[in-house]
Amino acid sequence: MPALPLDEAGKYVAGAYVVVFTLILVYVAIMGAKIARIDRELTELNEMLEDE
Amino acid sequence: MYSKGLKPLAGATVVAICASLALVFFYAPLDGDQGFVQKIFYVHVPMAIVSLCGFVAGGIMALRHLRSGDPSWDLRSYVAIHLSIILGVGVLVTGSIWARASWGHWWVWDEPVLVSYLVVFLLYCVYYPLRFSIEDRDRQARYSSVFAITAGAFVPLNFVAVRLAESFTHPRVLSQTGGSLPGEMRLTFLVSLLAMTLLFVTLWKFELTSKHAAAQLKRLKRRLAERQPAAVA
Repeated sequence: MPALPLDEAGKYVAGAYVVVFTLILVYVAIMGAKIARIDRELTELNEMLEDE
Repeated sequence: MYSKGLKPLAGATVVAICASLALVFFYAPLDGDQGFVQKIFYVHVPMAIVSLCGFVAGGIMALRHLRSGDPSWDLRSYVAIHLSIILGVGVLVTGSIWARASWGHWWVWDEPVLVSYLVVFLLYCVYYPLRFSIEDRDRQARYSSVFAITAGAFVPLNFVAVRLAESFTHPRVLSQTGGSLPGEMRLTFLVSLLAMTLLFVTLWKFELTSKHAAAQLKRLKRRLAERQPAAVA
């Protein structure tokens, strides 16, 4: 197959890079949410212990 | 424990990714045969290499778990395989996009490199149901380690088998003689590979840190519940 013109090839290249960065961003967001939950629970435990 | 050196590593990863993107789009020349579409190569191939190395590393860590009985090696193995599967999704999607742009098809079933990667990916997809169908923690870790070692040994075997097979359409870019990449392209590829490796190690440490913190919190809650059941419940 001959090389695609730049405007058409650009869509495929952009698509590939967007997929990769979206995948990584979603993963980091999920991990961030988990860490935020741990942080919240630790704060709750701390507050509970301070109230005693 | 796992968070040691995470910040500088994350910084190095960001720098390497920025350098890699700059080289890909402003330094590496256009491929004479494929044109601009070949830029996908700089993200697709490093991701494939790092994911396959991640699967093998998961197997080696699982071996250490079976030899030492230390559950932290099982956790390391699990996270390495988990991340490799995520990268595997990226490899299959970017590969399909590249195949569509270069060959006019989203998937080519008679190409050994593509199909063998899919086989490895599907094999590792079995890891999750196997691991999470076992409730007992010790058995779960032991069975998962055995799977990780067996599947990890399959990855290099599979790689050799594909090398021995004749390639019809998939480009062969790496070989013992240095492949067919010109200097600028090779430098860009190596920086991209370094960036992907750093990203993998950073995310691996990040997830391990998170899992370790969650386990410690669980232990802390359990100990507090033993001291004062009504308060924690």
